[in-house]
Amino acid sequence: MVAASFLLLGCRGDSLVIPAEQNRVGDVDPDSPVAGFYLLNEGNMGSNKCTLDFYDYSTGVYWRNIYAEMNPGVVKELGDVGNDIKVYGSKVYAVINCSHKVEVLDALTGIRIGQIDIPNCRYIQFHNGKAYVSSYVGPVQINPKAPKGMVYEIDTESLAVTRTVTVGYQPEEMAIIDGYLYVANSGGYREPDYDNTVSVVDLESFRQVRLIPVAINLHRLRADGKGRLWVNSRGNHADIPSRLLMLERGGGEFRLSETFPFPCSNFTIHGNRLYFFSAEWNEDTQNNSVGYGVIDLDTLELLTDNFITDGTERKIAVPYGLAVNPANGDIFLTDARNYVSSGTLYCFSPEGKCKWSVRTGDIPSSIAFMEKGN
Amino acid sequence: MGCCVASGEAVADEMPDSVALPEVQVTAKRRFDEVIPAQRLDGEALQRLNSNSVADALRYFSGVQVKDYGGVGGIKTVNVRSMGTNHTGVVYDGIALGNAQNGQIDLGQFSLDNVEEISLYNGQKSDILQPARDFGNAGAVYMRTRTPKFSVGKSYNARALLRSGSFDLLNPAALVELKLSESVNASLSAEWVSSSGKYRFRYRRVTPTGDVAYDTTAVRQNGDIEAMRAELNLNGTFSNGEWHLKGYHYNSERGIPGAIVNNVWRRGERQWDNNSFIQGSFSRDFDRFSTLWNAKYAFYRTHYVNNDDRQMAVDNLYRQREFYISTANRFRIMRFWHVSLSYDFQWNTLSSDMRDFARPDRYTHLLSVATALNLPQVKLQGSVLGTFIRDYAEGKRMPYRNALTPALYASVVPVRGFRPLELRAFFKQSFRMPTFNDLYYADMGNSRLDPERVTQYNVGAVVQANSSKGFWRGWRGSVDAYINNVRNKIVAYPKGQQFRWTMLNLGKVRIKGVDVAASVTVNPVSTLELTLRGQYTFQEAIDITDPLDSYYRDQIPYIPRHSGSVVANASWRGWGLNYSFIYVGERYNQQENIIYNYTEPWYTSDVSVSKDLRINGIGIRVLVEVNNLLSQDYDVIANYPMPKRNFRATLTVDI
Repeated sequence: MVAASFLLLGCRGDSLVIPAEQNRVGDVDPDSPVAGFYLLNEGNMGSNKCTLDFYDYSTGVYWRNIYAEMNPGVVKELGDVGNDIKVYGSKVYAVINCSHKVEVLDALTGIRIGQIDIPNCRYIQFHNGKAYVSSYVGPVQINPKAPKGMVYEIDTESLAVTRTVTVGYQPEEMAIIDGYLYVANSGGYREPDYDNTVSVVDLESFRQVRLIPVAINLHRLRADGKGRLWVNSRGNHADIPSRLLMLERGGGEFRLSETFPFPCSNFTIHGNRLYFFSAEWNEDTQNNSVGYGVIDLDTLELLTDNFITDGTERKIAVPYGLAVNPANGDIFLTDARNYVSSGTLYCFSPEGKCKWSVRTGDIPSSIAFMEKGN
Repeated sequence: MGCCVASGEAVADEMPDSVALPEVQVTAKRRFDEVIPAQRLDGEALQRLNSNSVADALRYFSGVQVKDYGGVGGIKTVNVRSMGTNHTGVVYDGIALGNAQNGQIDLGQFSLDNVEEISLYNGQKSDILQPARDFGNAGAVYMRTRTPKFSVGKSYNARALLRSGSFDLLNPAALVELKLSESVNASLSAEWVSSSGKYRFRYRRVTPTGDVAYDTTAVRQNGDIEAMRAELNLNGTFSNGEWHLKGYHYNSERGIPGAIVNNVWRRGERQWDNNSFIQGSFSRDFDRFSTLWNAKYAFYRTHYVNNDDRQMAVDNLYRQREFYISTANRFRIMRFWHVSLSYDFQWNTLSSDMRDFARPDRYTHLLSVATALNLPQVKLQGSVLGTFIRDYAEGKRMPYRNALTPALYASVVPVRGFRPLELRAFFKQSFRMPTFNDLYYADMGNSRLDPERVTQYNVGAVVQANSSKGFWRGWRGSVDAYINNVRNKIVAYPKGQQFRWTMLNLGKVRIKGVDVAASVTVNPVSTLELTLRGQYTFQEAIDITDPLDSYYRDQIPYIPRHSGSVVANASWRGWGLNYSFIYVGERYNQQENIIYNYTEPWYTSDVSVSKDLRINGIGIRVLVEVNNLLSQDYDVIANYPMPKRNFRATLTVDI
């Protein structure tokens, strides 16, 4: 009977480990001090599609979704919503937000060394053999509805959490200058009562020693080579616009010294240049309006309001990740498109001409360059 | 009660063009005026299918995709011919169920215990004496609850049922039917369901060389449910007419199990639903004129909490109200020619304790005109529905959204005197309004949205024969081919940065499909009856929004190209054996048809055995079911694992 023959179909073929794919890009540079870079794709929340790509300058091959092949034994692969990736020493650290963990891999092989469980972890920073990870979730104490965030200190040898410190609400990026950790607090869970501070944590005592009032809903925070801090505010998506801000020491302590009159979604610093872009929804045109700018860190002047010089920006739907190759100054910009399909990575020459582009995973976000000798 | 739409006349004029076989009743009966009959499951066939809920039973219809998040409490929605859940109307005893908030009806909430018949119509139900709203769906599921029937000299019926099984399921139900007078009867049915929702599921992958990469079995957490349903019906008849009154109450507390992703095996979302409505209908036939009135008031309360201390704490309360009134009127011009005019008014509102909530109100007026011609070899129906909608949000009056949507249905008996063969066709336009969430949800809604529109073209043929004696008791085959175009599809679009979205009328989808269904019933010896039914659906549903998209012309998410089912049924001296097989082919879980979005096919076998006894006038039925007999590990929705093999036993006592 038909039904009986269907019964035989009962055992289905095995599901194979998710395979990696490769694209030959051809931008070969075997002499570069940069061996390649890792690119972390966030993947939409709940999709478990955080994936890891790698570009190899010695072969010019872009490897897409390498994690499962390198680590076939990890149940449900890399995880859900990757938020940050950095290389430190011989290891690469991927912060996987909705899998509540930091994944630690061998930087040369991509093989897993271990994981550190940190709830709702966001960004990572390193100093003197320690990793610092910001987390939205601090101790549930006075008001369980609005807990403050924390920074976890991790020993990069043992991968054990050594200390924690409570900071502001929903902390994001961090930077370290002169033994102090600076943390951008967003307060994103408290809308409309966003946080507006940068926390100052003394790394010796691991205590929050000060809160610097800056602007609401802070996100990215980077130190330039001139002892200054740069931070962006996302505004409130209504009457308070997004802004790029600069903090300088005054009387020994950092304080807000400059608010630049343009929106900023993401930025990166290379030498004496700060590259940034902004993407803001325009209610009237029902479109995202996007700008790509460069600031001269010596003069603080806006050098250009479009660092893309060949018209490629017209192809980009939602600019998302931004990085500069430390060796040759090539600019890397990712397009997250509609967040639920493959993104695109664009490589621009320092002059802003598109050298190549390649398909990535879903929501390509952060890039970590790997220097040789690691 | 139920078929108020066909009302008075339905009973009298139910065309006996097929002898209703007690065991095979899918599409066996045809209601008066129906140009294209529904796919239908009722009676014994429905009871014997291994189905938890109405959603499970709908899997046996062709052209349907059921989204199932797994378990007893997981949300289950139905999508007819890939046009989208929001285009599917769900009608409960003659009046549509609404959800102005998100347009989705969770069919997992409707148990089969007191449902006597489920029908699925492509396009609309081709009956012209029906509310205007019923002319507006792209596809519709009609559920009809049990109609009290009393044997001679009996003034009551009572039924008690106890069901238990896997997932710590405990499900007692009771039904009492009372004959209050010759013309009035009442029924009260009540049900309670409790389940831990705990089931084992397994994820396994192997390397290309065949080694096990990982193989892990875990227990689904936070999928518990506790729910109760109570329903009171009053039915009455009078000369040339009837009336029905229903009170319905459902309340539940459930965990929302959430996606299984790396390092996350438990989540903390919970939801409380409190749904109540009262509805009534009245119909009467005069000489050439028939009228049908319906009214409803509904109140839905949803309380959503996220307790996961690793995530943002959420605690929101939503309240929805709906008021609905409809008048449908049919006039007989000639014996074979009818015209109808229906007008519905509907009011919906949604409130919430969310900050800056828009508190939308919606006023909908629907006006339909329709005509039907029933000639010996040809049946024709045409209708036009005008929809006029005005919203008020944040106290502001929004512009009218209007639409005029025509439909044309035809069926032909091509060979005179050979009634078993019938050809049919329909054309229909329909639209769905943006939901309150699409328009006004916090930061994401876009109040400028236009309605999403669908045009359907369908041609098909059916051939069938039935007999009341002999070996071949009945067989039937049908095939339909269709093209559906969806435009102005409402999709989420990224807005600036950081996962902020807005809704835009961006999408275009073209669906080409074929539905095939066949059934046969044989009676080899007088006490043994065997039935075999099968259906197959092919669908190409591609995104044709923009050639520049990486998913241009790719199959849209979660629509298999191939799907089908086979059901085999045997009954012998009070014993019943049922085997059902469901196949859903490979799908993609996101827009791009790439390996990283691939979702494997799944196919499950379910078996049930039942025995009916009669002891001292008391009817007893024992039903034992095994679902997912071969324990396949599968996801209907990616990262929402479904249960492995599971069991259920039901004891029913009728007095």
